[in-house]
Amino acid sequence: MSESTRDAMRARPLDVPALLKEAGMVALVVFGLAFGLVGFKTEDVPGGLEIVTRFGQVVLAAVVAFAGRAGFVLLRERHYLPVMVGAGLFAAIMLVLLVGAIVDPGGKLEGFLPFDSVVVNWLMALMALILGARAAWSMAHAAADEGVEDRDAAMDHVGAAVQRAAKYLAPVLLGLAVVLPFLPLADRRLLDIAILVVTYIMLGWGLNIVVGLAGLLDLGYVAFYAVGAYSYALLALHFDLGFWICLPFAGIMAAFAGILLGFPVLRLRGDYLAIVTLGFGEMIRVILLNWYKFTKGPDGISGIPRPTFFGLEFTRRPAEGAQSFHEFFGLTYSPLDRIIFLYYLILALALVTNLFTLRIRRLPVGRAWEALREDEVACRSIGMNPRNTKLTAFSIGAMFGGFGGSFFATRQGFISPESFTFIESAIILAIVVLGGMGSQIGVVFAAILLIGLPEFFRELQQYRMLAFGAAMVMIMVWRPRGLLAHREPTIRLHPRGSPNEERRS
Amino acid sequence: MEYFIQQLINGLTLGMIYGLIAIGYTMVYGIIGMINFAHGEIFMIGAFVSIITFLLLGVFGIGWVPLAVLIVMITTMLLTSVYGWALERVAYRPLRHSPRLAALITAIGMSIFFQNYVQLLQGARVKPLQPVISGGFRFREEADFVITLSYLQVLIIVLTLVLMVVFTLVINKTALGRAQRACQQDLGMAALIGINVDRTISITFIMGAAMAAVAGLMFLMNYGVIDFYIGFLAGIKAFTAAVLGGIGSLPGAMLGGLLIGLIEGFWSAYFTVEYKDVAAFSILVLVLIFRPTGLLGKPDIEKV
Repeated sequence: MSESTRDAMRARPLDVPALLKEAGMVALVVFGLAFGLVGFKTEDVPGGLEIVTRFGQVVLAAVVAFAGRAGFVLLRERHYLPVMVGAGLFAAIMLVLLVGAIVDPGGKLEGFLPFDSVVVNWLMALMALILGARAAWSMAHAAADEGVEDRDAAMDHVGAAVQRAAKYLAPVLLGLAVVLPFLPLADRRLLDIAILVVTYIMLGWGLNIVVGLAGLLDLGYVAFYAVGAYSYALLALHFDLGFWICLPFAGIMAAFAGILLGFPVLRLRGDYLAIVTLGFGEMIRVILLNWYKFTKGPDGISGIPRPTFFGLEFTRRPAEGAQSFHEFFGLTYSPLDRIIFLYYLILALALVTNLFTLRIRRLPVGRAWEALREDEVACRSIGMNPRNTKLTAFSIGAMFGGFGGSFFATRQGFISPESFTFIESAIILAIVVLGGMGSQIGVVFAAILLIGLPEFFRELQQYRMLAFGAAMVMIMVWRPRGLLAHREPTIRLHPRGSPNEERRS
Repeated sequence: MEYFIQQLINGLTLGMIYGLIAIGYTMVYGIIGMINFAHGEIFMIGAFVSIITFLLLGVFGIGWVPLAVLIVMITTMLLTSVYGWALERVAYRPLRHSPRLAALITAIGMSIFFQNYVQLLQGARVKPLQPVISGGFRFREEADFVITLSYLQVLIIVLTLVLMVVFTLVINKTALGRAQRACQQDLGMAALIGINVDRTISITFIMGAAMAAVAGLMFLMNYGVIDFYIGFLAGIKAFTAAVLGGIGSLPGAMLGGLLIGLIEGFWSAYFTVEYKDVAAFSILVLVLIFRPTGLLGKPDIEKV
């Protein structure tokens, strides 16, 4: 072991007053945060509101914050042992109490749990466990705490490795996706979640064209999703058209909406564009909500026809003169058939989106998008028309949003403006950015992480969006350029493996 | 004519509230160049702290209205600014040198977090408050349409004007304001000449949050009901106001807020109330197309 590593693992002398001050400040801030909104609860009572106090929780929160921050400081100063013991002890006690509360609900042990909410109790136990484990790990490996840059560089390596492995990883993932419905664990619930995840993957890929490739910040993507959904629903109901005829129409309508909205605003820069697209997203929702004659407003449109498999319906008893899927193939009827079909449908749509993106990056227009993202002034100076180039990206992205929307309509059978709120746009954008902008496989991981995982915790409904928001913040702070941000140049002067490649770097 | 004046008064009142929120957007954008998307949520938290304080005062039996409003205002400014400070410290400071998109995503994340945090802690139902200040001046009693200028509206307008004067003095006359203006011009250069940039930015967030808290209090008194979702629309409209006035410009934020308030008021009165939000956004689009720097903004020259 070299002298420097030995030095790095040695604990620094502890400055107790500074530690107390830092932890005390954090505790004070947490107290200030919790005092108003946690300390007092407004309860509805007949004739107005009443105040219920929860001061115990406020004090507890401050104490926990104090202890947690003190633990962090000790960790930073490389005093691993007290952190490990303290956090481990706390976690152990909490776990005993929590398990006790599960085994014997309403029993003695449950009464000792500090927080009112079970979820918060579990969270505290988990965080103490992580803190203790981290101290133990650092002690065992004698590793100095890595800084932000080391971590970022390490994740860059992972990102680059994943990008390179994508060649092998993608077919494996694809194979997995294709056989998923036939795996023994595939039940209705899992398939529903899978459909949802793949829908978001498709939307993420569609938005990736706009945000990742062309670098246009679109906060109103849900508008095109809505246009697609309503186009399909209205066309299908008024003109009695099938899903497969409406699908391209929905895409065209959404692309047209993209051109219409994009034309006036695409010369705006970054944040302004974001806020204007956000405004458009809200405008479309307000219009859908209030144009009652056309969209049935808040009542929504129901009875949207289901998709058919080359004209074969997925019903137990098909309509007169029609044949159903199970009759044609001589299968016994299963309600799962339709779900599996929907799953494959959205998978195919997503793959089309992906293939399209991968191919168009190699076309002049794709190259132009990426050039525009890097430097608009330079592009203008070599005679490109930035507006038209951006418009193509915007409308093509919108088109895929429209496809996604018509899939959504046909899956749900019912749509209303409630489904197209800003939060949807935010989620799709979060998937793109968290995955690492422009990274196709990053979108897949981010969608699984952000959509798939929370779906399994439906029981914690109340905490789901809270955790979603917190996760967005934490992932971004931890890794500001996205999980798998690694930008492989689309075109190389010296291709990989050629003798000149080394010289370049 | 009477109807018009009444709508003018209502629109102005609303505009004052938007203007106060818009100041927070415009200051943050001016200094660190990001849209503090969670600012609307800070406004919402301010409204919640206000309603809780009002209820507490009711419990303690403090009934004298001016004192009650003053106590509520100070409490909500203090407690809400802690949220503003924590927001910057947790979600924005680690990302100051990262791509701008990263900060926008954390801002949206914080916005979602705050909404659900308040919903979880205070419940999803709308929270009503009995009118605190009632009555008002009545003009032209003899006409068909009586113009009312309620005491509450007077309070909102006067309070906003006072806050604006104080605020302008702070920005223009004090050392803190000088530091803020220096940071607005160039963060790196400000740090070189010995300005504590981190502290200045923190104080900017605290000031913005305090303004939003007062706006929350006014919103609560004006409408009488709040829920955890009010921050979203108010936040977007206030941002629209900031852009309309020219982002980074303080008088611009106030002017933009007043214009948005007036447009919304008149649109609801003379056209359809359902489409008032569409009207506000359409104005934003029009302004950005024909005057991208806003009404009072300075042109932003793009350097290579």
